[in-house]
Amino acid sequence: MADRPFIHPYIPNAVPATKEAMLRELGLRSVEEIYAEIPERLRFKGRLDIPEPILAERDLRRHVKGLLDRNTSCEDNLNFCGAGCWQHYVPAVVDEVINRAEFLSAYCGGSYSDLGKYQARFEFNSQLAELLDLGGVANPIYDWGDVAGRSFRMAKRITGRPRVLVPQTMSPMRLAEARTLCQPEVMPAHVAVDLVDYDPATGGLDLDDLRAKLADDVAAVYWENPGYLGNIEAQGAEIVRLAHEHGALAIAGVDPITLGVLTAPGTLGADIACGDIQSLGMHMHAGAGCAGFIAFRDDDPVFAEECPLELYTLLETETPGEWQVAEALPERTSYGAREQGKDWVGTASGLWTIAAAVYMTVMGPRGFRELGETCIARSHYAARRLSELPGVVVKLSPAFFKEFVVNFDGAGKTVAEINKGLLGHAIFGGKDLSSEFPELGQSALYCVTEYHSEANIVELVSALKEVLS
Amino acid sequence: MSERETVDVQAKLERLGRLRRDGGVLRDYQAPRWNEPLIMEQSVPGERGVFVPLAEDEVTAVVGDPQQYVPDGMHRAAPPDLPEISQHQALRHYLRLSQMTLGMDLGSDISEGTCTMKYSPKVHEELVRYHKHADLHPWQDEETLQGLLQIVYDCGEYLKAISGMQAITLQPGGGSHAVYTNACVMRAYYAARGELGQRDEMITTIFSHPCDAATPAVAGFKVITVMPDENGYPDLEAFKAAVSERTVGCMITNPEDTGIYNPHIDKYVEVLHDAGALAFTDQANANGILGFARARDAGFDACHFNLHKTFSSPHGCEGPATGAYLVGDRLAPYLPAPIVVKTGSRYHLDYDRPESIGRVRGFLGNWMGVVRAYAWIRNLGPDGLREVAEISVLNNNYLDRLLLGVRGVSRPYAEGHRRLDQVRYSLETLKEDTGVGTEEIRDRMVDFGIQSYWMSHHPWVVPEPFTPEPCETYSKADLDEWAAVVKKASDEAYADADFVKSSPHSSSSGRMTGLDALEDSRSATTWRSYRRKTASRG
Repeated sequence: MADRPFIHPYIPNAVPATKEAMLRELGLRSVEEIYAEIPERLRFKGRLDIPEPILAERDLRRHVKGLLDRNTSCEDNLNFCGAGCWQHYVPAVVDEVINRAEFLSAYCGGSYSDLGKYQARFEFNSQLAELLDLGGVANPIYDWGDVAGRSFRMAKRITGRPRVLVPQTMSPMRLAEARTLCQPEVMPAHVAVDLVDYDPATGGLDLDDLRAKLADDVAAVYWENPGYLGNIEAQGAEIVRLAHEHGALAIAGVDPITLGVLTAPGTLGADIACGDIQSLGMHMHAGAGCAGFIAFRDDDPVFAEECPLELYTLLETETPGEWQVAEALPERTSYGAREQGKDWVGTASGLWTIAAAVYMTVMGPRGFRELGETCIARSHYAARRLSELPGVVVKLSPAFFKEFVVNFDGAGKTVAEINKGLLGHAIFGGKDLSSEFPELGQSALYCVTEYHSEANIVELVSALKEVLS
Repeated sequence: MSERETVDVQAKLERLGRLRRDGGVLRDYQAPRWNEPLIMEQSVPGERGVFVPLAEDEVTAVVGDPQQYVPDGMHRAAPPDLPEISQHQALRHYLRLSQMTLGMDLGSDISEGTCTMKYSPKVHEELVRYHKHADLHPWQDEETLQGLLQIVYDCGEYLKAISGMQAITLQPGGGSHAVYTNACVMRAYYAARGELGQRDEMITTIFSHPCDAATPAVAGFKVITVMPDENGYPDLEAFKAAVSERTVGCMITNPEDTGIYNPHIDKYVEVLHDAGALAFTDQANANGILGFARARDAGFDACHFNLHKTFSSPHGCEGPATGAYLVGDRLAPYLPAPIVVKTGSRYHLDYDRPESIGRVRGFLGNWMGVVRAYAWIRNLGPDGLREVAEISVLNNNYLDRLLLGVRGVSRPYAEGHRRLDQVRYSLETLKEDTGVGTEEIRDRMVDFGIQSYWMSHHPWVVPEPFTPEPCETYSKADLDEWAAVVKKASDEAYADADFVKSSPHSSSSGRMTGLDALEDSRSATTWRSYRRKTASRG
């Protein structure tokens, strides 16, 4: 960097003359005089142990891109791994909108400076409500596991009961997040999360076990659709009925992209729905594309009142025919009530809600239906082709949307070995389930969506054939 | 132009005072006002925004009708009532909404104090949108994620150097999430020592962010909030009085949202440690101390950074965000799994962490923010980071001088002491003199293309508060403009309070009505709910 004066392009007032003028205005000789507010004993005397700067933008880009080039992406390889972060196609118009500087760089400005942000947020809520068939939708937060845990806590607040029932097939990762929120058993406000068995033939909830575990201390029954293991849960209405019979709430965990084809949780009678919007127009970004939503019945105000997330409502203005949007019931949140609030809120997933709003708009009712049918057709096609391979069996439900369990016990290789082999064919195989669900043996969760063509599936089958031979 | 319109323009210009083109600093700004209907109101049955792939004939020949695989009772009967709209019309709608959003790139986000609205370099966006970042699956074989893991590992090392801490997780999905992680880590620490039954109180201060009170409550602790004395922070004796054998630890911001650096902070930590408790500092306001003070050097056991604030990620209409949570050695075993570790020249995800709190977020976290922070730190280097801090502090003190010259503005607490990165001001005097309060001044400033400012978290300890934070991004001219707009609004309040109270006048919408609905069940979070509630009211 030789003698170049260090006036960084992102720091205009580093120009010596400007700095001097400002100091003069303050009657100071140097900024050090301001830092006298930090006592000497607390001052860091050294020089930060971080690398010297790469100043030129071109060089910085080369450096970071060079590191990223050491990754292999799902564009480089064919990817058949989902398990909560799915590769769906992102229409170009979605990226165009969320890359707009106004949306990208805005933060928490109010309704009069950021009407567009709030309107987009309201339109996200409104469209998601149609998919879910539920009237109340809150502002999304971190991801599915987080909103599952928050829904459990919400159910406890509403019912005053300390226990929730969840399927044993729930994603272990989501369960771990939810358990963190539900606190360890030693804590007085612990919410017990008990597992309900599943039917090995379908992957669906074992209703006998559910009946046995339902009692008057159960705040909610939670089920997932599709389940983590891909199965479409056929017993949603019965689960709701049983939960309500015992005075418990019914909470559905949902991947909303399925809802052009599958019955909505609201239609099944769910009181609360939660899930991830990543499938609705977010690139995977190694999992950063995830964002969790909570929706709820709007015919009883208790659900809005106990919802832990921010709520936005439509308003009119002094100008006839004009809309505005503002935060509703703000005193519920940690911003309004600190430790008295319902859980906490913070910066989480704003841009993703706008992406999902655009996605739902361009897809429309027909897009969701067609996409759903394509996912079902291609995933079943893939399952059928894969199960033709010797030693390969598709397990659990015959009813799935885009993900299914492939068992390799008869093939004489572990999933880890198979996935290593597939890497050599530029393919990412399915999620290894052998440690999460040992009872399924050497099984992997494969994901096939509208992203994969028939040719891609054929490529997978022939690569797997080679790997297994 | 009609005579009437000429008079209106003249009146407006007179009201504005000196405009930029006259050598002044005020703008004759008008926000875009598209009067855009909701997308749901624009639906035309039959239109669509995009074609999606259909199953090939070969596929259909094998599997038949896909609906046959949907169990009985799970076939969606009625299609979702989503808008049907062509692609250009959809794009145009959302572009209009973007125009009615005064993002930081366009406006002056000096306004959003506690948020550190710094410039987010565009080259970072190219990098995170690159398919070798955007199209990565989190469960890919780690051999295919080596570049990303290296970036995350190295960025972690830099953040450790900046804070003085020994271990880090980048799993939390935001600043509050990192603060929550701390409450869980402290819980696990005392659970391991068998002291959870005894220790159940977390201490915070009222000028610390609400999450410092809310997240320990979610973790199951009682929260004790200590109030400031005339210096703006709790007196050491008052702090001591709050600490006991029941104390888990503290979760406090320094500098607090007032911009005041607590010079006794290490003494608080000593008090806590003497009582067997732990100390966490919320570093949402770290911009002014980068390279000048480190949390570990003050004795803290843990701290966090908001990568989207201090380390420059675009705020994205409130996310996605990344929280970096750092700890000293004794809390390291409890960090959430996985942690990125380096063995030789390879990087790995370490899940073998038996004492870990488990997870706070799925997959790996939001590492888009880490890639950006990495690039930003690499671009600035050790001297650049100090320069960031120094200029942000200089900017703040310069703006402070201008604002304290505005009639009706005051700066409570710590008389005679300077603030670091931001200041919490009060418009109490203005309110008493004119009836115009901080909300009205905030709305009036929007008329000049200034982002509506951050007032304060609740409760308002400072009456009629506002909190600007002029970080290193802003030029002297930007600071002059911001202060001139405050002065203009103040002058107007003294001359014509009703005019200010009826602002904004140049916003994307008129003033909202029916605000009482915000407080009760008349509020409607969705269009279907709005229509139902409106219909039921007749």
